[in-house]
Amino acid sequence: MTTTAPAPTTTPTTPGADPAAPSEARREPNAGVVHGLYTEGSSIADTKAPKGPISGRWNQRKFDSALVNPANRRKLSVIIVGTGLAGGAAAATLGEAGYHVKSFCYQDSPRRAHSIAAQGGINAAKNYKEDGDSTYRLFYDTVKGGDYRSRESNVYRLAEVSANIIDQCVAQGVPFAREYGGLLDNRSFGGVQVSRTFYARGQTGQQLLLGAYQALERQIEAGTVEMFNRHDMLELVVVDGRARGIVARDLVTGEVETHLADAVVLATGGYGNVFFLSTNAMGSNVTATWRAHRKGAYFGNPCYTQIHPTCIPVSGEHQSKLTLMSESLRNDGRIWVPKNAEDCDKDPREIPEEDRDYYLERIYPSFGNLVPRDIASRQAKNVCDEGRGVGPKVGDFRRGVYLDFTDALQRMSAETVAEKYGNLLDMYQRITGENPYEVPMRIYPAVHYTMGGLWVDYDLQSSIPGLFVAGEANFSDHGANRLGASALMQGLADGYFVLPNTIRDYLAKGPYPKVDEKHEAVTEARASVDHRLQKLLSINGERSVDSFHKELGHIMWEYCGMERSEEGLLKAVDLIRSLRDEFWRNVRVLGAADTLNQSLEKAGRVADFLELGELMCIDALHRRESCGGHFRAESQTEDGEALRHDDEYAYVAAWEWGGDSGTPVLHKEDLVYEFVELKQRSYK
Amino acid sequence: MNLTLNIWRQSGPSDKGEMRTYPVSDISEDMSFLEMLDVLNEELNAKGEEPIAFDHDCREGICGSCGLMISGQAHGPEVTTTCQLHMRSFSDGDEITVEPWRADAFPVIKDLVVDRGSFDRIIQAGGFISANTGSAPEAHSVPVPKPAADRSFMAAACIGCGACVAACPNASGMLFMGAKITHLGEMPQGQPERDARVVQMVNTHDEEGFGGCTNVGACAEACPKEIPLDVINQLNQDLRRALTHGR
Repeated sequence: MTTTAPAPTTTPTTPGADPAAPSEARREPNAGVVHGLYTEGSSIADTKAPKGPISGRWNQRKFDSALVNPANRRKLSVIIVGTGLAGGAAAATLGEAGYHVKSFCYQDSPRRAHSIAAQGGINAAKNYKEDGDSTYRLFYDTVKGGDYRSRESNVYRLAEVSANIIDQCVAQGVPFAREYGGLLDNRSFGGVQVSRTFYARGQTGQQLLLGAYQALERQIEAGTVEMFNRHDMLELVVVDGRARGIVARDLVTGEVETHLADAVVLATGGYGNVFFLSTNAMGSNVTATWRAHRKGAYFGNPCYTQIHPTCIPVSGEHQSKLTLMSESLRNDGRIWVPKNAEDCDKDPREIPEEDRDYYLERIYPSFGNLVPRDIASRQAKNVCDEGRGVGPKVGDFRRGVYLDFTDALQRMSAETVAEKYGNLLDMYQRITGENPYEVPMRIYPAVHYTMGGLWVDYDLQSSIPGLFVAGEANFSDHGANRLGASALMQGLADGYFVLPNTIRDYLAKGPYPKVDEKHEAVTEARASVDHRLQKLLSINGERSVDSFHKELGHIMWEYCGMERSEEGLLKAVDLIRSLRDEFWRNVRVLGAADTLNQSLEKAGRVADFLELGELMCIDALHRRESCGGHFRAESQTEDGEALRHDDEYAYVAAWEWGGDSGTPVLHKEDLVYEFVELKQRSYK
Repeated sequence: MNLTLNIWRQSGPSDKGEMRTYPVSDISEDMSFLEMLDVLNEELNAKGEEPIAFDHDCREGICGSCGLMISGQAHGPEVTTTCQLHMRSFSDGDEITVEPWRADAFPVIKDLVVDRGSFDRIIQAGGFISANTGSAPEAHSVPVPKPAADRSFMAAACIGCGACVAACPNASGMLFMGAKITHLGEMPQGQPERDARVVQMVNTHDEEGFGGCTNVGACAEACPKEIPLDVINQLNQDLRRALTHGR
């Protein structure tokens, strides 16, 4: 496997290896501006993963990383932004180890982080079912499921620690589903043929998060973790090339505060809310990672968005968000649409079997309804685009396919179905007003998860030394597509097991010089935050923040959603630029900065989405291949399946901020596959 | 439909606060209650009046952020969270009163936003199992009988929204606390700290200004996750047990 990435003239530069080097020094000379939108910089590489047999790498790295004597730990401080599975678990673990931890979240309690909404389950290579599962198979499935755009070393480590996660959570009292004998139960999930998913009915994310939250609260009581609820991180403080703190706003008093530490961890989740309508919580935002990006952290694969196949379809223009139903429903529900478009407005119960098209079972007989998410999503879009969608028309179009439990209800009792999926079915009924035990449910794909995020090395360190990124906020483990039940696994793996080991190495290599609040880097960061808040409040234009956010969302979904084309993406960049321009002239944010002001909070977040959206389109534009959740119209097989180009694009796109008036710089990290053979994915 | 909303406005913790009336029109029955407030807020913003502050986040009924007293009922007329309450539960012409949670232990921050930090402090007092990371035994080494696991799960479904407190005439947090005590107490892992947990949590509950339980049962009726009243019995049993043990 080769790539067309320009061969570096010198040793690949590892961000972080030389923090003092200005970014210009890392760029290749005379790199032309492509499409007028970006330039290409030098290649980068992840130098932290040890070489040798893949099964020994993590142990080797742990052994190689320096230790910190317990007595010295309390003198070392770490800021952790975000309290979901990754951030909460990391804060609890580092607090427990004895470091001084400052933990931040925008919610009123760390228990409300959006990890709580994950429904289906968490994967672990326990092989409790003796159905052929192993660490290697979980690793293999994840690399393949990610369409060969993730790193082998990272993914193997993820599979390796997955078993420890279950032990840890069970010890904490997480009430996983159990069999009558008292042992843990498992189920299977999209994209795999073994039962390796542990679950707590349809509330797995909630139960795992509460486990981490309780561990965190225990450390708060013990005094090792200082908790800052209702705080928004608005700026990263970088001193002498190292991340040394954050500027945060107390959302209740409006006070802008500086917090300094020896290292900073961002565990702030994904940026799917750039689409406005998504399954993310309303407050989920990109600000922390975007501010870090502007300070020098590379942004990896920003265009990789996961579209989830099993969401409740949109019902009207007023809608503020989309609701996901666990894809575990695909284990027993059968997906179909009418064969004939004229049947689409009929009661589905009156459409005879022979007039139904169980299209996933037809096209992919070996995986059927359990194909991975990107494939299930794209085929749902295809049948709706053909005019065979079902449900109410929104605009002139029906966007929905049936997810039918009729067969399952005949095969098992209604009680068994309720036992397995009851809360999901109840939730569906509440939202739509229809009873899924009687009428087939309707689903449609929606934006769910972002595989892109800040670029990190094997240690989860970003291109800014001292800035670590965990969970969905980093780009690392899922490649171009995330398999079901893997997000929770990555969040907890990073938080409980990976980060506490790797950040130790960084902290042990200190001490780093003390920084005080009078340092120029701190005062500059604070001034920029104050200026930005005042600017947003002073524009006093005509349009609300939400109206800009919705418009941005339409552009992103239309041109950078499930299907992308060169023409559309170029158009989107223009549209986003003019929208951003209008935002800064015409947004109306009422109220003051020195009080709880939810419009001001939203305005800052949308301002950052308006910048990120452009980078997503540029990233999507440059990647002329279909890969994972990213379907490029120009790159498809004869029968319409996604076509990857491993010879050209088997790399991570790590984008460097080019300045307010410059263009972003693309650095490529080649992906090298030593253990998994790159194959066209086929689920047929 | 057209509705008349009477909404509590309070600019900050020290402000006295007042009810203000807002008519809204063209409300679709598919909207959630919070989407209806979004529509109103867009109108207020256009008119130059500061939008109404309210807590919300996931809008899927699971994060527990949202919580409003709607015409005197916690989360409104259905047994669900406010984000999952749809306008089909109301009729054209209805007059609806919207207030923040009412409890001394939940002071108002602004408009409909209250401070529920007291719930976190109750958890800090003992709502956990002291399992250190990385030291856990193999998960299958401790079987949990399915009935116990199921009861534990049922109690663990609490989302900490505070509806139980808001619905209680004494603003008691016993349902919230009983849920956590039942969740952890049903498992072998939860036994070593069982006595200390209940005593410390109850002490913190009282210090935070929650009222005592007088078995009214309004909490369980208002609970969007249908946590049953018997978790309070469990709490009382555990408390008696702990006191018998001299904790």
